[in-house]
Amino acid sequence: MLYREAGQFKTTYAADQQLFPIRQDRLGVIALLAIGFVGVPLFASEYWFSAILIPFLVFSLAALGLNILTGYAGQLSLGSAAFMAVGAYAAYNFQLRVEGIPILVTFIMAGLTAAGVGILFGLPSLRIKGFYLAVATLAAQFFIVWCLTKFPWLSNNSSSGVISTQKMFIFGHEFDSPREKYLLVLSIVVFLSLAAKNMVRSSTGRAWMAVRDMDVAASVIGIRLMPTKLLAFAVSSFYCGVAGALYAFCYLGSVEPDGFSLELSFRILFMIIIGGVGSILGSYLGAAFILLLPIFLDIALPFFANLFGLPFSTATVSHIQVLVFGSLIMFFLIVEPHGLARLWQITKEKLRLWPFPH
Amino acid sequence: MNFFFEVLIGGLLSGVMYALVALGFVLIFKASGVFNFAQGAMVYLAALSVVGCMEHGAPLWLAIILAFIIMTLFGIATEKFVLRKLVNQPPITLFMATIGLAFFIEGLAPMVFGSEPRALEIGIVDEPIEAILESANMVISKFDLVASGVAAVLVTVLALFFQYTRVGRALRAVADDHQAALSIGIPLQHIWAIVWGVAGFVALVAGMMWGARNGVQFALTFTALKALPVLILGGFTSVPGAIVGGLIIGASEKLAEIYIPPVMQSAFGGNFGGIEGWFPYVLALLFLLVRPEGLFGEKHIDRV
Amino acid sequence: MSKQIGDVILDLQNISLRFGGVKALTDISFNVREHEIRAIIGPNGAGKSSMLNVINGVYHPQEGKIVFRGAQREKMEPHMAARQNIARTFQNIALFKGMTVLDNIMTGRITKMKASFVEHALWFGRAKKEELEHRKKVEEVIDFLEIQHIRKTPVGRLPYGLQKRVELGRALAAEPSMLLLDEPMAGMNVEEKQDMCRFILDVNDQFGTTIVLIEHDMGVVMDISDRVVVLDYGKKIGDGVPDEVKNNEEVIKAYLGAGH
Repeated sequence: MLYREAGQFKTTYAADQQLFPIRQDRLGVIALLAIGFVGVPLFASEYWFSAILIPFLVFSLAALGLNILTGYAGQLSLGSAAFMAVGAYAAYNFQLRVEGIPILVTFIMAGLTAAGVGILFGLPSLRIKGFYLAVATLAAQFFIVWCLTKFPWLSNNSSSGVISTQKMFIFGHEFDSPREKYLLVLSIVVFLSLAAKNMVRSSTGRAWMAVRDMDVAASVIGIRLMPTKLLAFAVSSFYCGVAGALYAFCYLGSVEPDGFSLELSFRILFMIIIGGVGSILGSYLGAAFILLLPIFLDIALPFFANLFGLPFSTATVSHIQVLVFGSLIMFFLIVEPHGLARLWQITKEKLRLWPFPH
Repeated sequence: MNFFFEVLIGGLLSGVMYALVALGFVLIFKASGVFNFAQGAMVYLAALSVVGCMEHGAPLWLAIILAFIIMTLFGIATEKFVLRKLVNQPPITLFMATIGLAFFIEGLAPMVFGSEPRALEIGIVDEPIEAILESANMVISKFDLVASGVAAVLVTVLALFFQYTRVGRALRAVADDHQAALSIGIPLQHIWAIVWGVAGFVALVAGMMWGARNGVQFALTFTALKALPVLILGGFTSVPGAIVGGLIIGASEKLAEIYIPPVMQSAFGGNFGGIEGWFPYVLALLFLLVRPEGLFGEKHIDRV
Repeated sequence: MSKQIGDVILDLQNISLRFGGVKALTDISFNVREHEIRAIIGPNGAGKSSMLNVINGVYHPQEGKIVFRGAQREKMEPHMAARQNIARTFQNIALFKGMTVLDNIMTGRITKMKASFVEHALWFGRAKKEELEHRKKVEEVIDFLEIQHIRKTPVGRLPYGLQKRVELGRALAAEPSMLLLDEPMAGMNVEEKQDMCRFILDVNDQFGTTIVLIEHDMGVVMDISDRVVVLDYGKKIGDGVPDEVKNNEEVIKAYLGAGH
């Protein structure tokens, strides 16, 4: 009864093209933002900020970046972590080498650097598709991480490429408590999510989806494939780059190239598969799911093992984690290829009819 | 010059090992259009099964038979519970499903057989061949030579199998055109199960070779990653392509590892080892720009 | 007929197209005049679709000259054809399956939208204004094709006949001066065919759009087209007004078999 659009008539095309055309959705988003910006900072503990909320937001942003490329433009990438690494190291170097550069500008520059590298590694997409391209993105994954390890200049001559991020100041105020970092990350992520939503509902996004669904038809109606694909690579890498910078500056504080491994790229891919390929909401849901699942297993597995008196080791927990991840991926691809986001949509459609489904 | 040839031959021989893994990919791709990312995990599973069975007291021959049974059952189960449910999905979905499958195996296999690295003794030692060492002063590993012999036998057997057996003919028909094969009464799912069985067998051979050479450990799964550029070079559908691609990748990465770092070092200073980690990919990527269908692949014309 | 057929706007001279060793088109010449409905007919595999693909740049013929609006065309990519106001539909529907009807038709106007992705992202400048302007145009197309009720439906869920109509809508949204239709009525029932005929004639009549059409239904072709070109095995075997073609010996042979 509550979730209804009956009676909400659109009398102009403008009203029909709003960001969230249904009133309840609009209110829901506003409520969420209020909770995120006001409610959470009032009540959450330090552990929640630094171990759950900040990584959740950072990974949501990275997943969003991959979703733009894979979900909307249809180009599979296995190198997201490498583009995060580019962002992290670019941000570090801009802070290090450019006197007095503001931190927000640093993050933007980090994103732009990643975008540039993304375009470079996106060039093969003009000639190849599907898993051929996926393999090509592996080149980015391995080559970039190797470069960051081997060129000492990039990490200011630190051993094996480890960098410790600088302090963050905005208008002379230092952002160093987890709460402040959380608010900073949240603001950036919300802003970039809105920007992504705007892009995918306009002709930029339609061009991406057209290329994804049928590239020959797309070019016949006048879409130039090259700029469209490269733009997707650039925007996607920009998002991953910013996510990487935030990962280093606001989450870990100190990172090394090997931390941005293929493993991490796969985790981001899993986020969008489980959350929903081609859905902005899905990027958040997937990030939350992939982040919370290991925590849940860490708690649940020993509990059940004790319950049944089974022998148990930490190695087993990590094996089971990998096994569960793999099973879930197959499960979602078979049962619900559009992921959690689709389940949420189905729920909403049911709600619209509730309590009179016929 | 002597050193150059030593590196080249060593590279070619290790390329044979890549080709062994790539073969498994090609088989499955040809018959079912699935790009099986889990091939590397299957190599790991096969090698673990062998050492696992041996630890429980089975002699080598029995362990191999048991491992073969495990691989076949596993292949059939994969076909039945995963791939059959994904028929008519876009290839990229199938590809992602096999990434899931790879994780599944990588979690399951060490849970069953243990995750600590172990040696696999199959009676061949990894030492230089003395005759060559004396006459040409080159270090060529006996093991690598045996491995390439095994690979050659495997490829010949597979070629004969495809060419002259009933099942082989059916397999080729399926590879050519699923619909047409189905319409003349070839049982598609039956064939796919066989293909997965054969791929499991290839994984077993690769797993034993790699396991005996480098020890049975998680790093075996990375062999799949090396096989990917091999496939790009050789084309996804060509058995000879997998072999030639493997040789090129093996030789070029070893040569690159030896000859590029000193050049870079004199230019930038510092240590630039580990080039073989990315060189095959960049080589494959550059190659893709010139010839997207691979050396032996077929050129694809989009019909609209 | 009330409409005025104008000068030749598209002239194809001695076109040959090969795929490896397979000859798809051999030495084909014909032209298209402004505002006319030009049909291409022929048995299966005659090279009709290849002909359309040559016209809008999907395939590049190895030999021959293409003159469009007085300018000889060099190697041209499909997106450039779109920019010269040539739109088309496909034999096997080529809609964007993951998008709604409205979005699909909106893509038809993509060449006319100038806002950059930055404007889109920040939703300022031309972005919002353009979306509204073009939405209005698209709604006109939707009204014209009588598909208002499905505008928010993902195209994958629509029945075949409606998908064909949406595809026509996407082509029309570009306000093309030349429209290439590849079997627009294939697989339709009589009623749907009549609707589609009406749309094609209306488009030709109201907007003066030149139409090049491939169709198997001879009744329809002879009814609505001004001139017909006949292909068989990649060669041209007939060209002229419907009555002429109908009585052409070679055409009859190609359609009925050599024995007659």
